[in-house]
Amino acid sequence: MSTVLLLGVVLVLAAMAFVLCRGRALASAGGDMRRLHSLPEAYGWHGALMVALPALAVLVLWLILQPVVIARSVGAILPVTTTTQTADEAQSAQNAEELALMDVRRLAAGIDSAVSSGQMAEVAPDGAGADMAALQEALAASGVALGGAITPETLAAAQKYRSLSAIGLTARTVFTLIAALAGLAAAIMLTQKDFRARNRVEAVIKMLLIAASSVAILTTVGIIYSMLSETLNFFRLYPVSDFFFGLTWSPNFRGNSEFGLIPLVWGTLYITLISMLVAVPLGLFSAIYLAEYASPRTRNVIKPLIEVIAGIPTVVFGLFALVTVGPFLRDWVAQPLGLGDSGSSVMTAGIVIGILNIPFVSSLSDDIINAVPQSLRDGSYGLGATKSETIRQVVLPAALPGIVGAILMAGSRAIGETMIVSMGAGAAAKLDLNPFEAMTTMTVKIVGQLTGDTDFASPETLVAFALGMTLFVITLGLNVLALYVVRKYREQYE
Amino acid sequence: MTDTATPTPTESLLRPSRLMSRRNAAERRFRLYGITAIAISLLVLAIMLFTILRDGVSAFRQTSVTFPVVLTAEALDPSGSLDAAAMAKVTTIGYGKVIDSSFLAFLQAEGLAVDGLSDKDARAILSKEAAGQLRAQVLAEPALVGQTITMTIWTNARIDGYFKGRVTMESAERDGNVSPEQLQLADLLAENGALSRPFNWQFLTGPDASDQRPEAAGLGISIIGSIFMMIIVALLCVPIGVAASIYLEEFAPKNRWTDLIEVNISNLAAVPSIVYGILGLAVFINFAGFPQSSSLVGALVLTLMTLPTIIIATRSAIRAVPPSIRDAALGIGASKMQTVFHHVLPLAMPGILTGAILGLATALGETAPLLLIGMVAFVDNYPSLSAAGALDPATALPVQVYGWAQRSDPAFIERSSGAIIVLLIFLVIMNAAAILLRRRFERRW
Repeated sequence: MSTVLLLGVVLVLAAMAFVLCRGRALASAGGDMRRLHSLPEAYGWHGALMVALPALAVLVLWLILQPVVIARSVGAILPVTTTTQTADEAQSAQNAEELALMDVRRLAAGIDSAVSSGQMAEVAPDGAGADMAALQEALAASGVALGGAITPETLAAAQKYRSLSAIGLTARTVFTLIAALAGLAAAIMLTQKDFRARNRVEAVIKMLLIAASSVAILTTVGIIYSMLSETLNFFRLYPVSDFFFGLTWSPNFRGNSEFGLIPLVWGTLYITLISMLVAVPLGLFSAIYLAEYASPRTRNVIKPLIEVIAGIPTVVFGLFALVTVGPFLRDWVAQPLGLGDSGSSVMTAGIVIGILNIPFVSSLSDDIINAVPQSLRDGSYGLGATKSETIRQVVLPAALPGIVGAILMAGSRAIGETMIVSMGAGAAAKLDLNPFEAMTTMTVKIVGQLTGDTDFASPETLVAFALGMTLFVITLGLNVLALYVVRKYREQYE
Repeated sequence: MTDTATPTPTESLLRPSRLMSRRNAAERRFRLYGITAIAISLLVLAIMLFTILRDGVSAFRQTSVTFPVVLTAEALDPSGSLDAAAMAKVTTIGYGKVIDSSFLAFLQAEGLAVDGLSDKDARAILSKEAAGQLRAQVLAEPALVGQTITMTIWTNARIDGYFKGRVTMESAERDGNVSPEQLQLADLLAENGALSRPFNWQFLTGPDASDQRPEAAGLGISIIGSIFMMIIVALLCVPIGVAASIYLEEFAPKNRWTDLIEVNISNLAAVPSIVYGILGLAVFINFAGFPQSSSLVGALVLTLMTLPTIIIATRSAIRAVPPSIRDAALGIGASKMQTVFHHVLPLAMPGILTGAILGLATALGETAPLLLIGMVAFVDNYPSLSAAGALDPATALPVQVYGWAQRSDPAFIERSSGAIIVLLIFLVIMNAAAILLRRRFERRW
């Protein structure tokens, strides 16, 4: 029975349990709802949960465990590699075993599809006496391509894999249904008028709510664990100091790569700096105008328009950088000034990221400026200050911590931005001061190293995790700093 | 007793002093800065949307030639049996020859000829994709063999670009892929009326095409992939997000664990999206063994990414429901759980849905994490349209934009901009829905 069908059956059983338990509770109270402990629906929900939860638990556990168990018992049939001493040999032995298992899986799937489509007859359970060449031909005819020739061991393993899978599938169905039916029986037995069904159901629902809110924690743990373990693997293959202080970035998939972080960090920070030079004045002045000068009607039109910028996907900005901004800067600024003739440059990416960050800076600053109490402004006006003097000398100093926080957050967004830099900044890692040269960032290199075929044993792939970890730490640090600044220096006006 | 000497006014009150006029000028300047900042921001937005529209609108129309194609039985059905299996032996090359000879015959019949243009170059103005399409059409309907049908066939991307202003006679001189003579032939065909520019449905429904055939590249698979992902993200993200928000707002005791969750959520909202891509690659593909480039993995990554946004929006919607509602429900004997699910949640629903739609809109436009889980790969088989299709390789709209922008042929920039227009239409619809929802159900307490 397929997983989806099994799920459907469990849900139908749960619905049945709802109806049965609800009816039984009402019957036990002689049809008089007032004599029940809980509302009749609570009994129904209790029944449904009793059916669904154990059955789903069994199903999920089975889905996770079955591949592991089968891989282990099939692996025992495959030719055993000799015991290995060094870590390197162990690694390669493990890879070979994984490859062999993959072959087995592909062969098993091939036989399955060929047999079910009637292209070939069933093979003997242990694969004995089968004609390898004929088998391969039959498989090829039904559209199954295999890497190499089929060996008797692989065939035997594939057959074992198939039989175990079939047994596992049946057992999974049986156990899931047993769990569901046992839950149903227990729920029906428990259901009578004094049973505290509502309390039980509410306790379960509360557990589910807690589980849902823990997903955030699991995500963080997942991020840190996955990046940390691969980063440590990387540092086992490549010295830490060379990574953090190296001046050259030249990965090479044939070996002898150099992974110096400095050029990437330089590119990232340079682009971030330019983007802040664009975003902060534009965003801040927009916010000041909207908060202090604009009439409510103007504000209601302009503010959503500026926020449209925030709703546009970054890949659109990337294309804008690639097609419009880059060539414009090259033809009108860089070439006349003799600063190079590269379409993708630090300037292109920086300006476009700056534009992307305008609404971010402006809406955060707008909120902060609005939070400065009117009495401060009135006091300043009373002393004879003009509006702009009030803003410069009273409102902005009062709002400063919040604005600094907003700027730090915008900086962290600029550092983590990926699409605009991959389309607008180029891919050459270099240390240069000319903003019209193509440079590259950490995010671009993460994409570069992880796109396409990835081999988790080579430093060329693993370096992306070290870069990701660095990026994660930097952006997290900036955000924590922003929150700290805001909290520490927040003026209390109440 | 002091003598108060009345100061003699040196300046008129009606005419501002020099200091005052300087201060007023500073005031005007300051105001101007603000207006300039807003004007620049909106101008750049307008320029960006304008260039995208200018480059992209033409992707929805495709230059095509309409002419009769003679489906000769000898070429297409050598056995003469009309048997599907026997006919399938004829490859696209065979069909290409049928189209070519029909096209040349058509040119001759209409008297369209350009000096110095060989037959080979003349038929090269047609898209190479046509042969495959004709083959599929004939195999689906074998009775067509032996008949003459009128077909509308795409021209290649250069001829298409000529009519869209991308290719000129001068650029054709320097271009190895097209000659000025071919453009003259295209002009003749246009005068003859055989050339038309119909709406290109294939751009919305067709699969991606190789680097050499920009005219055939379509968005079909990426639209399907994006829709798949949005459905899964909505199914996972909304229930989990709402459940988490309910717990944190209504039930959570103030303790370390709750604090930890709170800090986590606000930090996760600020993690760069590419980090989620790394997480997806390491956990869902490398560890759990889900298939690469599948929309399921893409959706899981986007779910984790969108979750903090949705939780933050939902919590503020729940917080906006006044405590008096809860007090009233508790007062007439509802349990805490009943209060939340029967009263607070329905009242907060419009706000929750608005936040959820906006979160989904962000997820729809996200590109970077999808690159890492392999969705940028070239896919030309449609994923199956059942639940299992979520495991088939697919692409997504924003990734397709990126993929096309990376290709060298300038015709792909048009395609890329066209894909952005489709993406923006989806986003406008989602945002409009969110605004309408808020307008319609917003409640002031």
